[in-house]
Amino acid sequence: MSKGRCFIDQIMDNTEATRRLHTKKQTLDDAYAAPANFLEIDVINPITHGVAKKRYTDYEVRMRTNLPVFKIKESSVRRRYSDFEWLRSELERDSKIVVPPLPGKAIKRQLPFRNDDGIYDEDFIEDRRKSLEGFVNKIAGHPLAQNERCLHMFLQEPVIDKNYVPGKIRPN
Amino acid sequence: MSFFGFGQSAEIDIILDGAATRRTAEVKTEDGKKERLFLFFDGESLSGKVNITLKRPGYKLEHQGIKIEFLGQIELYYDRGNQHEFTSLVKELARPGELHHNTSYDFDFNQVEKPYEVYTGTNVKLRYFLRVTVVRRLTDIVKEVDLAVHTLSSYPEMNSSIKMEVGIEDSLHIEFEYNKSKYHLKDVIVGKIYFLLVRIKIRHMEIAIIRRETTGSGPNVFNENETIAKYEIMDGSPVRGESIPIRVFLAGYDLTPTMRDINKKFSVRYYLNLVLVDEEERRYFKQQEITLWRKGDRIRKSLQMAPVPVTTPTNGESDQLQAFEKIPTPVSEEASLEDSPTEEPAPNPAPSEDIPRVESYAEGVPTEDA
Repeated sequence: MSKGRCFIDQIMDNTEATRRLHTKKQTLDDAYAAPANFLEIDVINPITHGVAKKRYTDYEVRMRTNLPVFKIKESSVRRRYSDFEWLRSELERDSKIVVPPLPGKAIKRQLPFRNDDGIYDEDFIEDRRKSLEGFVNKIAGHPLAQNERCLHMFLQEPVIDKNYVPGKIRPN
Repeated sequence: MSFFGFGQSAEIDIILDGAATRRTAEVKTEDGKKERLFLFFDGESLSGKVNITLKRPGYKLEHQGIKIEFLGQIELYYDRGNQHEFTSLVKELARPGELHHNTSYDFDFNQVEKPYEVYTGTNVKLRYFLRVTVVRRLTDIVKEVDLAVHTLSSYPEMNSSIKMEVGIEDSLHIEFEYNKSKYHLKDVIVGKIYFLLVRIKIRHMEIAIIRRETTGSGPNVFNENETIAKYEIMDGSPVRGESIPIRVFLAGYDLTPTMRDINKKFSVRYYLNLVLVDEEERRYFKQQEITLWRKGDRIRKSLQMAPVPVTTPTNGESDQLQAFEKIPTPVSEEASLEDSPTEEPAPNPAPSEDIPRVESYAEGVPTEDA
């Protein structure tokens, strides 16, 4: 035991050294407000349009959010697979992120003489729908891709303008 | 001469004075096991006996001299041929001659400098040892005994906390704080993470202690990172205004003191790595160096504890953070958190002094307080 210092003094020293740091009190507003990270994107309602050789499938892309970077807080647009491909290539070129892969193009399914409906097969469309939903959620939540103009146009404009000017959106 | 079992050979034993009372320390071996070695400090003398036992009684042992050396050595694993001796003392025990029976020699190395601590790492090893050599025409008889050496320091006068605001603009801002910048090996890291802005979906947060061993110089620098400890400090998604406490007990981990540029050959540094993981497995991290030092268990009051000024990198070096790094897998990505542009340099003062090194002991092992 050290000389000249009583037992209590030593204990007090030890608790002082490991005392919790002072924290700012959280306001009730902050504690119970809606979370600032609300972002939900669904890829739903696949519909195959047209007949015979001129068919194509598109999906509803529905977004709800409170993130300030998105001007519109609720939107719903219809997009087809080639729109997703367009979005992916724009992001690969312009953003710094590693863009996740898309579900496959399913070329084999487009060849003739199949037992099933090829790319209009229900199960295939459902798999593709799920995969596209994962894809768009991964990108939209990414801090370094969230502000890309191509993403905003994809999610919120009724029609994609392929002649747009690429760039970043600034909040405000 | 020792062909086909003929001729004489000998066994060498090195007995240290005071072995019964000397403390020992565990030192890692290269294959990961631990061995117990006698523990010495800088400035202590090294004395004892060397016993030479003849293997075949009755036959003489011819030799070209017997010597004992005290050596401190740095060995880089990728350059095994060149062991670098940073300290070397030799004493001649016997001139060339003959031994007719078992013989014992005393040795005494007075107040030996042992400037560095022993270290066994991924690419480098620093060791101290006594080596006795019986020189003969064809093959020498050699015996080595390894020793442990610890470097002690005293409480630094300046030990500011680490406090910084970092983040990714418009997505995540946190302020982290650790109560000190210099911790001894049995210390406790007390800290907190305060969330200023949370626009991403965080799943959990963890903290890790990383050891970075740097060997080589110039274009051939090797950095080996090892995660010494890692654990989760928060599960779930925080909102603005929440504070998460941190408490890490260092005594449970296999740590060494921070070693900077040891004999210009290697460094061992420690970092706290704070990692946040979001719902899409993206990782946001902030690494912060901490200085570790070894506290003496029992300090003699009469010792000088003068600080040894050594150039120390400031905390400012890690304020510069890179932007996002691409990593190969598309699934998980790591982002290092950038400092907020509006941030003023946190209350980290400019160059903090290094840990004051305990000066060499006058004699012997640290004693108990009365």
